[in-house]
Amino acid sequence: MSVQNQPTATVAPEKPQKSASDNKSKKSDNKSKKKESDRRYKALDMTMKRHHYEADALIEVLHKAQDTFGYLEEDVLRHVAKGLKLPLSRVYGVATFYHLFSLKPGGEHTCVVCLGTACHVKGASELLADLEAELGIKVGETTSDGKISLLGARCIGTCGLAPAIVIDEVVSGKQTSEETIKQIKDALAQ
Amino acid sequence: MDINELHAMAEQEQLRRKPHRIRYCTSAGCVSAGAIAVKDGLKAAVKDGKLDNEIEISSVGCMGLCARGPLVKVEPSEIFYENVTAEQAASVVSTCHGGATDAKVSDLEHPFWKLQQPIVLENRGRINPERIEEYVQVGGYQSLHKALTDMTPAEVVEEMKKSGLRGRGGGGYPTGLKWETVAKMPPGQKYVICNADEGDPGAFMDRSILESDPHRVLEGMAIAGYAVGATHGFVYTRAEYPLAIKHLQKAIKQAKKFEFLGSQIFGSGFDFKVDIRIGAGAFVCGEETALMHSIQGARGNPRPRPPYPAASGLWDCPTLINNVESFANVAPIVRNGGDWYASIGTEDSKGTKVFALTGKITNTGLIEVPMGTTLRQIVEEMGDGVPDGGVVKAVQTGGPSGGCVPADLLDTPVEYKSLLKLGAIMGSGGMIVMDEGTKMVEIARFYMEFCREETCGKCVPCRTGTVQLYELLDKISKGQGTAKDVEQLEKLSYMVKEMSLCGLGQTAPNPILSTLDYFKQEYLDLLQSPADLNGNKIEATANAPSA
Amino acid sequence: MSVVTLKIDGVDVAIAAGSSVMQAAQEASVEIPRLCYLEGLSTVGSCRLCVVEIAGINKLLPACTTEVREGMDVTTQSPKLQDYRRMVLELLFGEGNHVCAICVANGNCELQDMAIAVGMDHSRFPYRFPDRKADLSHTQFGIDHNRCILCTRCVRVCDEIEGAHVWDVSQRGEFCHITSGLDQPWGDVDACTACGKCVDACPTGAIFRKNDTTGEKVGDREKLEFLVKARENREWVR
Repeated sequence: MSVQNQPTATVAPEKPQKSASDNKSKKSDNKSKKKESDRRYKALDMTMKRHHYEADALIEVLHKAQDTFGYLEEDVLRHVAKGLKLPLSRVYGVATFYHLFSLKPGGEHTCVVCLGTACHVKGASELLADLEAELGIKVGETTSDGKISLLGARCIGTCGLAPAIVIDEVVSGKQTSEETIKQIKDALAQ
Repeated sequence: MDINELHAMAEQEQLRRKPHRIRYCTSAGCVSAGAIAVKDGLKAAVKDGKLDNEIEISSVGCMGLCARGPLVKVEPSEIFYENVTAEQAASVVSTCHGGATDAKVSDLEHPFWKLQQPIVLENRGRINPERIEEYVQVGGYQSLHKALTDMTPAEVVEEMKKSGLRGRGGGGYPTGLKWETVAKMPPGQKYVICNADEGDPGAFMDRSILESDPHRVLEGMAIAGYAVGATHGFVYTRAEYPLAIKHLQKAIKQAKKFEFLGSQIFGSGFDFKVDIRIGAGAFVCGEETALMHSIQGARGNPRPRPPYPAASGLWDCPTLINNVESFANVAPIVRNGGDWYASIGTEDSKGTKVFALTGKITNTGLIEVPMGTTLRQIVEEMGDGVPDGGVVKAVQTGGPSGGCVPADLLDTPVEYKSLLKLGAIMGSGGMIVMDEGTKMVEIARFYMEFCREETCGKCVPCRTGTVQLYELLDKISKGQGTAKDVEQLEKLSYMVKEMSLCGLGQTAPNPILSTLDYFKQEYLDLLQSPADLNGNKIEATANAPSA
Repeated sequence: MSVVTLKIDGVDVAIAAGSSVMQAAQEASVEIPRLCYLEGLSTVGSCRLCVVEIAGINKLLPACTTEVREGMDVTTQSPKLQDYRRMVLELLFGEGNHVCAICVANGNCELQDMAIAVGMDHSRFPYRFPDRKADLSHTQFGIDHNRCILCTRCVRVCDEIEGAHVWDVSQRGEFCHITSGLDQPWGDVDACTACGKCVDACPTGAIFRKNDTTGEKVGDREKLEFLVKARENREWVR
């Protein structure tokens, strides 16, 4: 995440705007991709406009950006900072404070394990450990093929179903490791 | 909209209704237990039987007994069915015309239902949360009308004070006093905030209220706005509650359409609008100053109080901030008067409280009981105790800010004062039952891990104190701790409690302190050289305790 | 301008209404330990070292953010406060990698001064030895996160006095760190004016001038106070 340790020469001379356009020019290899990107920036601009470009709307705008782009890449954060007239460090500080904002792309599928108290007393930690072993990743990570991200949730509020999981936004309750692994396999097969 | 139109709207809804209604619960608990298949089964049976003109299949919010979902209720016979399957759907439909079903009928005489006194949850199972007409049909928005046309703002505040309602988010500050403070601030821009950032793991009261009866919260907020002189309200809720957000958005839209929100409500001079703000995964944003920073697009860092939000809150304007359940109590208080509300509950704590009953308990679910109900009644009678004949060891209230009440103190009444005396707190309403197999050091460690990950990092005691507390607990629970570590744990707990900037840090050590109070032996048993409560080593070993 | 009178450690003080207990203590020549407080900057009350006891209030309150009230009776030293302050410092020393012997600020470090003031010579809590970075990309200055105590004085001085807002805090909890721009190397942040105010504001050796070696950093903290007064009161002579 931190680039501070990199030798200055590799990153330093570029001006921020320039590096943004550099990235874009890389993307323009693929024209349809660029068009898609333009459409998404337009959607983001609409949201900022609706909030009158007010700095206070930063979190709303970041929600929109994450919905539209999937995650908050550097160019998007720059674009938001420029639109809302905010210092870059302020935008970065907010984006990294809230755990639902992701600065890295997530997997195609997600499996969220609820780690709330009710789930905890009913064995959610063991369930999570089994899933970590099965997928070969730690909680918060995405498999190397980009297929699935394994996430933990504080509490999804369905304590009656403990232990509960959410695969691609579908909640399932009273889970055993075997059931969950099967559901993950089904989701991946789709 | 005037009062005649309001009554007409209610009447129309009554006339629209078909002779029979079958309600199915659409909350997350029932849905994941198969409620959608049950709904499809019900609808198919009605269609097949050509009963469209007689039977209406309609969704309702959470009905409470989440452990036995999917729940289905038949009206007007008011029979509840539990664990309904899609196969049973047709026979449930047939009961409207005298048929029989093998679906299990819920025993409404069971203490789970009998000991409840629904005020906040009074519309449970009665309305479709997505239709404002049904809320109006059960008397919705009449309290707002009463406040706006028959009462002055000061009179509304007076009723709230009389009611004795205390903040249901966990703090327990008298709601009426808070309203009075904001009302007395000089006129000008003021705000009302509904704190729906329900983050305690094991608590789902606010989610359930917002999902099942969103208009009630909006009505409470509008009345509050009138009472304190605010024209703009915000509901701050969690992104993790998509259904609550959806229902709330729909409710705001409908309320605007029928002019319960907007300008000159009920022809009075009062304007009020409500916006939703969605959090992004930060427990600390439930703290009021952090929440306001978050609404303003900043990091959710709390700031020292005073100034309190009532004097200087959102954009430095006087701000009334109450929890979802507090707002949900407003309409009935205005309708029936503060004295009526104050007649329920105990001397110290008035009214009712909603609890999410979870953990090692048979009847998991959402309950609303009068203050003063004992923990034993809730756990043993209503909850039917631990499944499979297990034994209750402790009840945890208040989540990461709360404490564990041991089984021998279960006769304690649910009240702010009594719970505080035990080192627990009322909290927002999470109640987690633990059985004999639960390791209390492990529970303390679980909560501290939570606090360590959720601390904002602004103040030193909370940012790094929680890390050190966690490490100590981890060491002890792995059997590597010494008597000195337990001593350090206790000392540091008090320091973090007294020195932290906001409520998160100030209450983070509570799970440790309460388990040290009641279950100290469990800590001592885990030490490298176990000791008894007086610090005497149990095993005579050659090694002196390491310093 | 109305004046309130109060007692600080038994000393009577009269001070303008709206002042903080910290300012009143300075008026009474009573030293209150502090780290995140810096005259001229906004107050955040985050280091918690300046907490005091106030008669009739059962909570400890930070002197820097608490407003004076008529008749207040403030105690700045007690065994409990001493004990808690010591623990705060132990936590701070255990949180980062503070090695005085090789630090540019050795001998001129507020963290060190506070440790001496409260009598902390070692931490009873384990040192965490976090893996933290240093950024030397700026032509004149460097930041070593190992020595950072997250007082946010650099963030505030850059935003409030210089108006550049190069710095902010990112992440949360134990992973909080000071960030320049979009987590870029400091030298790449366009907004930085290389004014050096953050160097002067930093209480430790976390932000330093590149030419300084062990024990050579001499922060000029009074300069910031002077600068603020110069702008606000038009007092251009020091």
